[in-house]
Amino acid sequence: MLAKLVQTAWKDGSRLVSAHPFSRRHLLGGAAALSLGTLPFGRARAAGPLTVGFIYVGPKDDYGYNQAHAQGAAALKAIPGIEVVEEENVRETTDVQKTMESMINLDGASLVFPTSFGYFDPHVLIEAKKNPKVQFRHCGGLWTEANPKNAGSYFGYIAQGQYLNGIVAAHASKSKRLGFVAAKPVPQVLNNVNGFLLGARSVDPSITLQVIFTGEWSLAVKEAEATNALIDAGADVITCHVDGPKVVVETAARRGAFVCGYHADQSALAKDKYLTGAEWNWASIYKGFVADLQAGKAPPNFVRGGLPDGFVKMSPYGPAVSEAARQNADAVKAEMMKGGFAIIKGPLKDNKGNEVAGAGTALAENAIELEKTSYLVEGVKGSA
Amino acid sequence: MAADTTAPGLPLSESGADRPPALLQIRAWLARRAEGVAIPVGAVIAGFLIFSLFLLALGKSPLAFLDLVWRGGFGSPFALQNSLQRAAPLLLAALCVALPARLGLVVIGGEGAIVLGGVAAAAAAQPLQGLPPMLAVPLMALAAAGAGAAWIGAVGALRAYRGVNETIASLLMSYIAIALSNHLIEGLLRDPNSLNKPSTWPIGEAFAVGALPGLDVHWGLGIGVLACLAAYALTERTTIGFAARIAGGNVRAAQIQGLPVGRLVVGFTALGGACAALAGFFEVAAVHGNANASLNAGFGYTGILVAFLARHNPLAILPVAFLLGGIEASNGLIQRRMQLPDATALVLEGLLFLVVLVGETLYGRFKLFNPHLWAVKREAVA
Repeated sequence: MLAKLVQTAWKDGSRLVSAHPFSRRHLLGGAAALSLGTLPFGRARAAGPLTVGFIYVGPKDDYGYNQAHAQGAAALKAIPGIEVVEEENVRETTDVQKTMESMINLDGASLVFPTSFGYFDPHVLIEAKKNPKVQFRHCGGLWTEANPKNAGSYFGYIAQGQYLNGIVAAHASKSKRLGFVAAKPVPQVLNNVNGFLLGARSVDPSITLQVIFTGEWSLAVKEAEATNALIDAGADVITCHVDGPKVVVETAARRGAFVCGYHADQSALAKDKYLTGAEWNWASIYKGFVADLQAGKAPPNFVRGGLPDGFVKMSPYGPAVSEAARQNADAVKAEMMKGGFAIIKGPLKDNKGNEVAGAGTALAENAIELEKTSYLVEGVKGSA
Repeated sequence: MAADTTAPGLPLSESGADRPPALLQIRAWLARRAEGVAIPVGAVIAGFLIFSLFLLALGKSPLAFLDLVWRGGFGSPFALQNSLQRAAPLLLAALCVALPARLGLVVIGGEGAIVLGGVAAAAAAQPLQGLPPMLAVPLMALAAAGAGAAWIGAVGALRAYRGVNETIASLLMSYIAIALSNHLIEGLLRDPNSLNKPSTWPIGEAFAVGALPGLDVHWGLGIGVLACLAAYALTERTTIGFAARIAGGNVRAAQIQGLPVGRLVVGFTALGGACAALAGFFEVAAVHGNANASLNAGFGYTGILVAFLARHNPLAILPVAFLLGGIEASNGLIQRRMQLPDATALVLEGLLFLVVLVGETLYGRFKLFNPHLWAVKREAVA
């Protein structure tokens, strides 16, 4: 066994030596480049294919936030004339600046997608100023007119997906208690929690939702504990908003609870316990950006959209979803596809009894107020 | 140094007559020095050879891998600066392990001190607004160092006066530090405009720490290098450092000698904590411009690796941090060019760590490096 390994190693090694010219000349070349103070690799931008760089904060197979982006990247790989370079587990420190520079300088990337929310300020802003000929598009909707014009933002209204999750969950729940594992009490997460409960309450107003915040975007142990605690407290449908829902989904399914997914399709992890899920559909945005660049123009600086725009999609219904649930969710989804669907509609109170929307108020998905959400609606157990 | 000491009370073994010739003395001196370099370097090479087997098993070329490490980490000014940038926080984080290690303590909670130091610096920046940066920035650094010193110093105090295991205590304290920092960042110190990424108020452009002259690397590198040099001077060239090493070698003996072991433990842990916290200060002042969850980036844990690879010698931390910085800098290129997972660098670092630890047992075993073994042979022949 070992002998065979060594033998193949030797064979491989010798083959690779001849295939790969790693020679003294090469080292000298590096040293020469060092002394000249120039980069040894030219930018193969003008003639070659369009190189697009993707940077992820976690593993790109996390069944979550990063995988959703990696699926978008994979869709680009299929387009002729596009070369995709990817790097995963890049920290939100100067590391990501160096990764961007490396992609630009060594790989000739002319469009970069630093996908993590925390990459924008200051890292994307710094690199956009340093590399005015490269386009940077960041996920999260942080770009403003004051920022460099070769940078930009895109984001989606995924609370709509959580609202549909809530409808399906309400039909599946017997205990009428739902559970939500959340990362941090920030506006985007709170909108999802509120959307999930309001979707469920649109089916059955007696339903309640318990939310547990883990405090971190990715913290597997606490996510598992939170899932168990929610189920112990009687919840029989679980959803979440953390970077990688894998732990939540697997734990819930093993405990026999139903699961609504988030970020990406997790049906493979929960099998028949998976009801549906709110997924990103970044491929549609990425294809548009690339088409713009190939046509010789800069992609838009600010893009937002929801279900009707194809930025967000739902996982296929699982086997446990009843016919009534499907019809109900499909009908609401059709309503959403028309645009302007309001999840937050007055009269509505938060879970401390304060009014958050007066009678007659309806906040459509693009309402500016939703970007500052700081409350949990009535019926949610937990505090923001 | 050892050649000059004549132990009182022991009979001199005719050393005056049988003094080895000067050439042999030089050889002996060189041999003793060479051991400390040859064993770690040999271990790094051995670790890479084992790692190569992994690569070959995956059908990837170790030579291509080395080539990319060279290109990504060392082979161009961009690559070199990339490596130096990554080494900067590791220098300070490693000192948090290496300094207490002189006393035989294994402190692994530097991550907490880094995060806490960053938050302290950001918090201190608020009341200092309006002051000249020449005054305010050192005060911010001082606030960070103070917070880190108090935190890890408390671990030392628990060890010295209550006998609490410092390894466990520092790790658990690190979790508390991170939770406390998150609480402050998301509560008391939060800038309400930081909606989806809770952060403290920005420290402001005026207080930002810039880059080293002519380099694209911030001042954390300069201070890190200075700190390593100072730590070396402290541990190897002062009586305090000597006392610490005695206490590290044998606590009972140190106590019988009347050395203030408790104060040494608290002092060295506090100093280590201050160094780690300075790394946090630079993350805030030179990189982020405020304190937020990105501070918790794992530098403290990589620092443990650096310190152990350097055998807790502050001078050796410099090349080791540079090497690890280079491996991390090239990791991106390796992912992109060889389609290897990001964990590749971690596997390599882990293997190096393991082999260097095994290498620890080899000291004093090679005749080549141990002149006293030569003497034995000569005596035997005589």
